[in-house]
Amino acid sequence: MSTAVLFDANRCIACRGCQAACKQWNENDEDIPTEENGVLSKNRGSYENPPQLSARTWTRIRFTELEENGKFQWVFTKLQCMHCEHPACVAACPVGALQKTPEGPVVYDDTKCFGCRYCMLACPFGIPTFQWDSPIPWIRKCNFCVDRLGAGLEPACVQTCPTNALEMGERDELIAEARRRIETSPDKYVNHIYGEKEAGGTSWLYISPVPFEKLGLPTLGPEPVTVDAERAIGAVPPVLLGVAAAMTGIYWIFKRRDKIGREKAGEKEEVTK
Amino acid sequence: MITKKRSLPIGTSILSLIVVIGLTIMIIRFVNGLGAISNLSDGRAWGLWISFDLYCGVALAAGGFTLAGAVYIFNLKKYQPVVRPAILTAFLGYLLVILALLVDLGQPWYIWHILINWNVHSPLFEVGMCVMCYTVVLALEFSPTVFEGLSKSNLPVVRRINWNIPWRVIRSIQIPLVIAGVVLSTLHQSSLGSMMLMMPSTLHALWYTPILPILFLTSAIAVGPAMVIFESTLSTRVFGHKLGMDVVSGMAKAIPYILGLYLILKIIELTSVGEIGLIFTAYPQNLLWWGEIIIGVITPIILFSLPEVRQNRSAVFWTSVLVIAGLIFNRFNVSMLALGMRPGYFYFPHWMEFAISVCLVADALLVIWLAHRFLPIAHYEQAAEAKT
Repeated sequence: MSTAVLFDANRCIACRGCQAACKQWNENDEDIPTEENGVLSKNRGSYENPPQLSARTWTRIRFTELEENGKFQWVFTKLQCMHCEHPACVAACPVGALQKTPEGPVVYDDTKCFGCRYCMLACPFGIPTFQWDSPIPWIRKCNFCVDRLGAGLEPACVQTCPTNALEMGERDELIAEARRRIETSPDKYVNHIYGEKEAGGTSWLYISPVPFEKLGLPTLGPEPVTVDAERAIGAVPPVLLGVAAAMTGIYWIFKRRDKIGREKAGEKEEVTK
Repeated sequence: MITKKRSLPIGTSILSLIVVIGLTIMIIRFVNGLGAISNLSDGRAWGLWISFDLYCGVALAAGGFTLAGAVYIFNLKKYQPVVRPAILTAFLGYLLVILALLVDLGQPWYIWHILINWNVHSPLFEVGMCVMCYTVVLALEFSPTVFEGLSKSNLPVVRRINWNIPWRVIRSIQIPLVIAGVVLSTLHQSSLGSMMLMMPSTLHALWYTPILPILFLTSAIAVGPAMVIFESTLSTRVFGHKLGMDVVSGMAKAIPYILGLYLILKIIELTSVGEIGLIFTAYPQNLLWWGEIIIGVITPIILFSLPEVRQNRSAVFWTSVLVIAGLIFNRFNVSMLALGMRPGYFYFPHWMEFAISVCLVADALLVIWLAHRFLPIAHYEQAAEAKT
């Protein structure tokens, strides 16, 4: 049983209250365009802003304009850490700074990290970000408002969502709820709960009126992305022992052959190695 | 000889200048953050330093364990003259990897965290442990040379110490050291491949394969002798100790077998998963694939199979350059060019990223130059005989 959040793209109106709530709760206000921050707001030809997730923007709404079944669609997707069931970042981190808690959140520990950024490459969703401008840089990503969860509150983004596009609950119950919505209005949803199986399942689940690859979410199989790496790491102890034994054996054989050869040649010279 | 002696200080002063520039950039980095000196971004968190200094640096250091293994374990004594230079280069290669990581890591002063916070499931943990242990092993493997150098020195305190004692201690554990070096290198070379196994959805299918660790190990073993040929030819030009032709052509003869195995593994793997067609259809990535295969695998296999090439010093040298170039091409493909970026990002290394990498190579060249001047690197056999 773990905590999850269901995002329903049909309910999202792109008010971006979740973005503001996230920045407010996590005190990520440095790149909000104000004169004190020295940041200018820029027209990028879209309401979408900021343009990317960053160490100061842990969630954002992506705006997708597309034509689906001859009909114009404007679909909004909330991006943040998916809090995978089998997180690649957790498997990748050499010092265990990232951990999957039994309650659901994938959390990060400043006191262990040394900034290798392997988690950023391993994440199949492209979520962890890095403080590139800081001389003492850390990894930053959505932490599921784990501090709020501990106090019995919902994550800031979920609490602020005015249309219930975000709902928190038990993962199994939310999957059942998502399936119910898809079955009730099959014309409004594609029959796919994104995150139910992707990369072994995630704690954030998505339902949408259009296929998820059109929203820019990565197409992933049901296998965790860590399986091949796990297999390779599992081979380390036998390889270590095997190579050590083989090298010792080969050394012994050649040394012995060398000795016999020398004795036959009548040389009494000591083998120097 | 006279011209050589004059040209060296010019070379070393250029190298020293590069090192000073690099050190200045490092100061900027530690004051203003990685963003100030690199084009790395959230979309491309690893760049030139990881591809060149870590991936290529470790692979090009493979001469150390392949030659040490060949001489001390497989008893191929004729290669003894190249073991010392090979181990020195491997040792410097690993020191460079560590120096590059000290620049690349966000908070290198916490690197010791890896010693207390173990995540044994992480390929990078394996890489880190192997780097540390193998650097120590290489230092010990190289230390007899230093002790020999010190025992001849006239410095006031140093000459009073009997350097024969540590020399004998290290020599007595030489075989275990060589075996440890081979084991650690096997794990380390392959673990750099395992690292990419975390990225099945971002690394292009032409390169992503569960056997990537084996491919990394095989290509590293092939590039080991090529690197030794490359270095010894260059050091012949600069320092003038010529290697026997049988040694050079012997190493050249081994390379096609290893590269052949590597090519077969690559082709079989692509065929078995039904992705062999990608080498024709996956434009433009297939050009990168053909590039690394033709430059670094097929051409060297053909050239090194020809006896007339193996008997010609400059032909052997240039074919080794092909092997090395192909390996560098491959490591860049796997760790940068064929690795997908987050949408909306672009990466081309900042000039300061290049400067840091060049600075680290200049560091190594300076140390090699100093070692050849002051330590018995190439006159290995005479030195060893004098001791025993």
